[in-house]
Amino acid sequence: MIDVRYFAWLRERVGTGHEQVETRAATVADLMAELSQRDEGYALAFADPGAIRAALDQELVGMDAPLAGAREVAFFPPMTGG
Amino acid sequence: MAIRVQADRFDMGAELNRFAAAQQGAGAVVSFTGIVRDLASGDLDAMEIEHYPGMTGKALADIEEKANERWSLAGSLIIHRYGRLVPDDPIMMVATAARHRGDAFAAAEYLMDYLKSRAPFWKKEITAGGAAWVQARDADEDALNRWFEPD
Repeated sequence: MIDVRYFAWLRERVGTGHEQVETRAATVADLMAELSQRDEGYALAFADPGAIRAALDQELVGMDAPLAGAREVAFFPPMTGG
Repeated sequence: MAIRVQADRFDMGAELNRFAAAQQGAGAVVSFTGIVRDLASGDLDAMEIEHYPGMTGKALADIEEKANERWSLAGSLIIHRYGRLVPDDPIMMVATAARHRGDAFAAAEYLMDYLKSRAPFWKKEITAGGAAWVQARDADEDALNRWFEPD
C-alpha cells in the first residue's frame, strides 16, 4: 500500500486529497497510467502528463522515479508560490 | 535562518524590524513582500492558497540552505501564508541580511525565484463568476534556471 496525495486541480478532478492505493506499478509514471484508468475524474486529472509534477516522500522527483520503498507519492500541477 | 508557514496575516514592517534587529554585523538588509493583486477586471474576491504541509517546511528549508551555501549571509527569513487571502493582503516575504548589499540582493532574488516554482503552494483566484487556478508561468521557470547557467 502506498499513500497517494493530490493537490490543487488534481485533487478537485480526482475528488479526494488522499487515499491509500494497492499497486504493483514500478514507477511514478506507471502509477499515473494505472490511476488514470479508474474513472472519468482520474482520466481527466491525468490527461496531460506534461502538466503534472510528482513528489516521493515529500521530495520532487521525475516521472521515471521508482516507487520501491516509498511511503507517499503526491501529484500536483506546477507550483505557484511566492 | 527562519521559516514560517502560517494562515495568519503578518505585519511586514514589524517583521522586517525584528529581523534587522536580530542580525549581527550585517551592513545590508533586503526584503521582498508579495501582495495579493486584484485582477485587471477589478473583481477578485479572494485568493485561496493551498499547500502540501508535509513537504512545505522541507522544501523551504532546502531553498534557504542553498541560498546560504551560495552567498555569505548573516541571516535569512521566509514567511509564506496559506488559506483565504483578500486583495492587498501580504502573501509572503523573504528577507536577507549580509555584510554587503550584493549578497543580500542576490540571495533575496534567488530565494524568490526558487520558491515561486519549487515550493509546494498553489494559488486559486475566486471571483463572483467562479474560481480559477493560477497557471505557472514560463517566465518564472526561466527566472529560476538563469541561476544555473554558466557565466
